[in-house]
This record gives sequence, structure tokens and C-alpha cells, in this order.
Amino acid sequence: MTSEQFNFLRSFLKEQSGLVLGEDKRYLLDSRLNPVAREFGFEDLAQMVVALKRPGSQKLATRITEAMTINESFFFRDMTPFDNFRNTMLPHMLKERAKTRRLRIWSAAASTGQEGYSLAIELLEQKAKIAGWKIEIFGTDLSSEALKKATAGKYSQFEVQRGMPTAMLMKYFKQDGAEWVVEPTVKSMVSFRHFNLLKDYRSMGTFDIVFCRNVLIYFDRDTKSDILNRMAKQMAPDGYLVLGAAETIIGLSNEFEMVSGTRGLYQRRSGVSSKAQPVSALGGARKPVAPSALYSKGRKAS
Amino acid sequence: MSYCLIVDDSAVIRKVAKHIVESFKFETDEAADGSIALAKCREQMPDAVLLDWNMPQMDGIAFIKALRQEKNGDRPKVIFCTTENDTKHISIAMKAGADEFVMKPFDKSILETKFQQVGLLD
Repeated sequence: MTSEQFNFLRSFLKEQSGLVLGEDKRYLLDSRLNPVAREFGFEDLAQMVVALKRPGSQKLATRITEAMTINESFFFRDMTPFDNFRNTMLPHMLKERAKTRRLRIWSAAASTGQEGYSLAIELLEQKAKIAGWKIEIFGTDLSSEALKKATAGKYSQFEVQRGMPTAMLMKYFKQDGAEWVVEPTVKSMVSFRHFNLLKDYRSMGTFDIVFCRNVLIYFDRDTKSDILNRMAKQMAPDGYLVLGAAETIIGLSNEFEMVSGTRGLYQRRSGVSSKAQPVSALGGARKPVAPSALYSKGRKAS
Repeated sequence: MSYCLIVDDSAVIRKVAKHIVESFKFETDEAADGSIALAKCREQMPDAVLLDWNMPQMDGIAFIKALRQEKNGDRPKVIFCTTENDTKHISIAMKAGADEFVMKPFDKSILETKFQQVGLLD
């Protein structure tokens, strides 16, 4: 492939999906696009790029974009986000949403569905606490291929073993020949939909928790900021945002605050500051306040 | 350093497993049969046992049942690692006292997550 062709593919991908492909990621083109070239009957990538430039190549364009943006995924990936879900996010939401008994979760880079199903399983492990609740987990991804697999909820032996503890595998999956299928109880909690993160989010409604892991890395700085700020608008004032282990919000958005004592967990700033308000109100109070009262109120607010 | 005993009648599998487990900074030892493994456990109780099912003298199930009767035999985390891959075999192993179950073939990332899940790795 010539540099001109590489650059063409690079700007094509940026335009279609926001994906930023550095020179160092050139190998990804080979490993991910050679199968696509073969599928469409091209001799090599160079020939495929020529075809891509012709009008009416939408089908090819879609497959190329999907192949480049697909994410490898596994169950309970990185564990920490799920510990945070169980120990921090869920207790908060069960308390704060006790009246409405509604919880909406967005898995914003759903890929082949493992994250959404892992969250559903976490919830089912606390079945008694969520009885009578309406809980929705939305998985979205750019790749229709990945979503097809996610919707089927069918995984190879190799895939289920990437992260699914055996006890939960036995409880929430059914063996089907060489594959494992998620049980209907799990499946019914998660729905999947094709969605491009560069598009408008307003039709998505409001979420209490957003998992947006290992997808921002593909975008340039401005796009990252834009995505985070628009996500914030679709989140409850006390909503939680979960980023990937190697990702940070620093310098990208002022809408979120890191939840102390955790890794990669953020909360909407509006939610954090509304809780912190009693402290500043107290600080500005004219009447003298007993130090003990200050202390106990301050502690509650922290 | 933690110590893992690798029990499998296939020398090739033991070699692959040893290579992976050592990358987790574990010391390893090998046994080609459940009976040999049990003798080694009596000498020094491991922190982890990677356990095959089918072996000529004493199979994995007989081994884990015997191990769990030993003094401190409840201590090691036992991870089955076998070609048996149906729910029936998995539940037999779990009931016999296994902590986790790996269906062959496996790779480093599978073993790593299993080691993490049973608390052998951070």
C-alpha cells in the first residue's frame, strides 16, 4: 500500500467513525482489513482502497469501518469496574432511586455484549435487592457484526472462559454443543442497538450509569471532549461514568469528578456538588456553629 | 514466592502450564499423576494446584477428594484444567472441592483471570 493510500484510509476512518489511526497502528490495517479484502474478492489492500474510492462502495465502506473499530472483549473485563459497580454505584443507586425503582445503564462500546451481560449477572446476583425494579441495560456499538453476536448471546468455550467465573457460568449459561448461551433471565435485561458515538445522543434518554471503556482511545482530543460532554447531558445529576483502565478524564471534560478511593470511576459534578453544598452553606453561616456539629455535618457530606 | 503444583499426565501440557504460571511469579513443580501429586502435597502444601482430570493411576477427582481430607488440604486453590467440558463434569469437580474449572484448550489470559478470581493474583 502506498502512503497516499494509507492516508486515504486514515482520513476515511476518521470521517466515518472518528477513529484516529497513528502511523504506529499501520499493522492494524493489515491484520483487520486483509480478511475484508478477501471477503470482497480483492487481491490486496491496495486494490480494495481503489474500489473504496469509487461511488457506490457503501457496503465495503461499512465493513471496513466495522472491522477497524471492533473491540476485543471479555466478561468482567479488568474486574475493578465491576467491583465498583457492586460496591459503590449499585448501593448509591438502590438508595437514591428507591422511589422510582428505575435504573438505566448504557454500555457505550458494547462490542460483542460481554460487558452488558456481566452487568446483568452482577444485578441478578443481588436479585432480592432489585425485586420490583425496572432495570434497563443498553448496549450500543458501531459494528453490526459485533451486535449480531451480542444479541445472540452465544459464546465459544474460549470466550466464556475469558473472565466468567465457573460458578456463574453454571448459573447463567446453558451449554449448546461447543458453545455457551446466556440464559433468558440474563438476556432479557440487556438490549443492543447500532449506534455511532459521533451522532446525537438526545434520543437515548437519561442514564444513571454509563460504561464507556476502551473506546475513547480511538478518538482525537476534541472528539473525546465532545463525546464526554454530550454524554454528561444524557446522565442523571448523580450519574456515574466508567472509563477504561488506561483512560482519564483529566483535561477533557469538567462535567465529571473522580470518585475518591476508586480507579476509573467518575460521577457527574452536579451530583457531587449538590451533596457538598451543606458544607459551604455552613461555612457561610452567620450564627456560630458548635465545632462538633460542623464536624459531623462535614463528615456526612464527604 | 507462591508455589503451584501442576498435575497432568501430558508432559507437553505441563510444560505449557509451567511457562504460563511462572510468568505469574509462581514457583512450580510437576506431577504426572494424582498419586504423585498427593505425595508432593504431603511434603509441602502448595498454594495452587492446576489439576488434570484423566490420569492413569489416580484421577483428578480422586486426588482432590483425598487432598481435601489432608491436614491443611483445604488451603490450596485447586483449578481443574481438563478436556472434559460439559456441565455435568464441571459440577462434579466443583462439588468435589475445586475452586475453578478451566476447559482445555486454554491460554495465558484465561489462566490469569482464573488465578485472579480465586485470589491467587491481584
